[in-house]
Amino acid sequence: MAQRTIDLEVGRGREMGVDGNPALSPIAPFDIAEPDMSTEHMLINIGPQHPATHGVLRLVCELDGETVKSVVPDIGFLHSSFEKLGEYRSWNQIVTLTDRMDYLAPLIYNCAYVMSVEKLMGIEVTERCKVVRVILMEMDRIFGHLLWLGTTAIDVGAFTPFLYSFQQRERIYTLHEELTGARITTSATRVGGMMADLPEGWTESLSEFLDTFPDTLAEVHHLLTGNQIHIGRTQGIGAINREDAINYGFTGPNLRAAGVDYDLRKDRPYYDYETYDFEVPVGQHGDCYDRYLCRMEEMQQSVGILRQALDRLPDGPINVDDPNISLPSKTDAMSDMESMIHHFKVITEGIPAPEGDCYLGIEGSKGELGMYLVAEEGDTKPVRWRVRPPSFVNLSVIPKLAEGHLVSDLIMINASLDIVLGEIDR
Amino acid sequence: MKEEKKSGLDAVDEGPVSSDVSRAEHSGGQADAGEHASVAALTEHFGSAVVRHRVYAGDQHVLWIAPEKSHEILSWLKSDPDHQYDMMSDVTAVDYGNGRPINVVYQMFSTVHRRELRIRCELPLDALEIDSVVDLWKVANWLEREVFDLFGVTFKGHPDLRRILMPDDYAEGHPLRKDFPLRGRFSRAEQTRRALNQDVERFYRPEDLSAGHTPQQVADVEVGTLASDDAEGDA
Repeated sequence: MAQRTIDLEVGRGREMGVDGNPALSPIAPFDIAEPDMSTEHMLINIGPQHPATHGVLRLVCELDGETVKSVVPDIGFLHSSFEKLGEYRSWNQIVTLTDRMDYLAPLIYNCAYVMSVEKLMGIEVTERCKVVRVILMEMDRIFGHLLWLGTTAIDVGAFTPFLYSFQQRERIYTLHEELTGARITTSATRVGGMMADLPEGWTESLSEFLDTFPDTLAEVHHLLTGNQIHIGRTQGIGAINREDAINYGFTGPNLRAAGVDYDLRKDRPYYDYETYDFEVPVGQHGDCYDRYLCRMEEMQQSVGILRQALDRLPDGPINVDDPNISLPSKTDAMSDMESMIHHFKVITEGIPAPEGDCYLGIEGSKGELGMYLVAEEGDTKPVRWRVRPPSFVNLSVIPKLAEGHLVSDLIMINASLDIVLGEIDR
Repeated sequence: MKEEKKSGLDAVDEGPVSSDVSRAEHSGGQADAGEHASVAALTEHFGSAVVRHRVYAGDQHVLWIAPEKSHEILSWLKSDPDHQYDMMSDVTAVDYGNGRPINVVYQMFSTVHRRELRIRCELPLDALEIDSVVDLWKVANWLEREVFDLFGVTFKGHPDLRRILMPDDYAEGHPLRKDFPLRGRFSRAEQTRRALNQDVERFYRPEDLSAGHTPQQVADVEVGTLASDDAEGDA
């Protein structure tokens, strides 16, 4: 983070920058006392159908002039009661509901859900499956962060990063499509393994993406990181300190930007994340700018993890070798009596769970994504399926972050939290 | 109440899992309290307020505590230097159906001691009340509102307890309860009628977004428009 520190000081200081140009932000706040112009407070409604709210989110703001006095988020416009629907579906059928929650990083949700089911049932997936899931999750971390990058940049008036990041997202869409047949609603995982193994040539396509993607990331860095307009719009905006960030439930890049070194991949490692070599970027100020830097660095780190995972990708089966959990191949099911019986039993009876409950938190692209499952002995459907939604909790902090800032900063703060309404409303 | 739990396609048609009351509740997962430092300390400190202790999914410690003591125990867990659960990961609830108590679930993590713990409180259906923990963890604000909205559990001392995902004037009950039908209580016709009769201007008044206001009332359901009478609902 040495480079980051220099950038921060360039933006904050009043002296010359590293390259000799004046480093003062052109829209830095003036230290002139404002005349008292307070009048009646005004009530402004933003959304629910507004591009700056990043989804069907409604923000009701009480304004004094242009200063936000209070903001009340109103959510639920996209409420689909996925959790209730889950109680009516067998373990494998729920997978399709999970990618509809966070449609910006669907594979992370697919993986998190089946990981939790496997934890509840005590299923150990194969080595190849573990590495494949790590690849998918890291790929979708980049995928999710890229959307955040593009839409946030456009909120502060930078149009080019939007085009750059969406070009790269399109390449990941293609990888999704080659792997699962779908671009958004991937539903790639199954209890005990994957829907299918990686298709031929897929790892080569991913390597090709990894070779060229860091160049684009560097270009965006060049466009935004030292950009005085971007710095003026983000530094010191929506800042939160360490203790508050934990107490208010921040997780993921938002929490790390506030200086808390907490990453579930390091703190509660799953799928051998402790054996991958990567850094967890941690910010200092907890403002929008540090959140931006943390996410940019996370994409860089994910590229490194993906390279390592591709190197170590072992051969072997991708599904567990247990006919009561995994489906046999279609050819076997159609030609072999035994396989057909197993296929029939898994489909019609489902997979029985033991009694108990299980909470598994993983590091999603937006924060701690927890899957909580409750089952009773022999249940083939959950009694309760609960998703601990990272964006829901992150959004609840917005009144604290935005009060006292300008309306235009409210838009930036909302964008910097990286929310997805499909998962907030569920 | 069903006699026997079905599996497979029958169960998919029938709806949510109905739990068999005659089964021994929480029978599996017997555990030794010594394995988890906080569990051992809690058992020693609060004695009878700790109802039972189980280990599920391999290594996850679950503790049932008496709901009337919940705030005391949780605040002790947060402040005691040997435990310091400063991160409340999740607050949610579980309804098993068949008149069994609703469980409120607290999932906690200590960033200091790197330890996880899950606390559950059983609330009988006729006393769905528990102390709010918003004063300890601010994150509980929206999470408790969600439990209130979807399960009907009242959190005493919550600063802003109103519905969060469902509309303020939602009159059909609490959707995640097992006795709530998947398609809602009202027929499609009644749902449409209520939507059309709303005063939409009301959604732009500031007082509707503050705590303690009375949601707007739409005239009560008409006779013969419950979901069971709705032919379209079965299609």
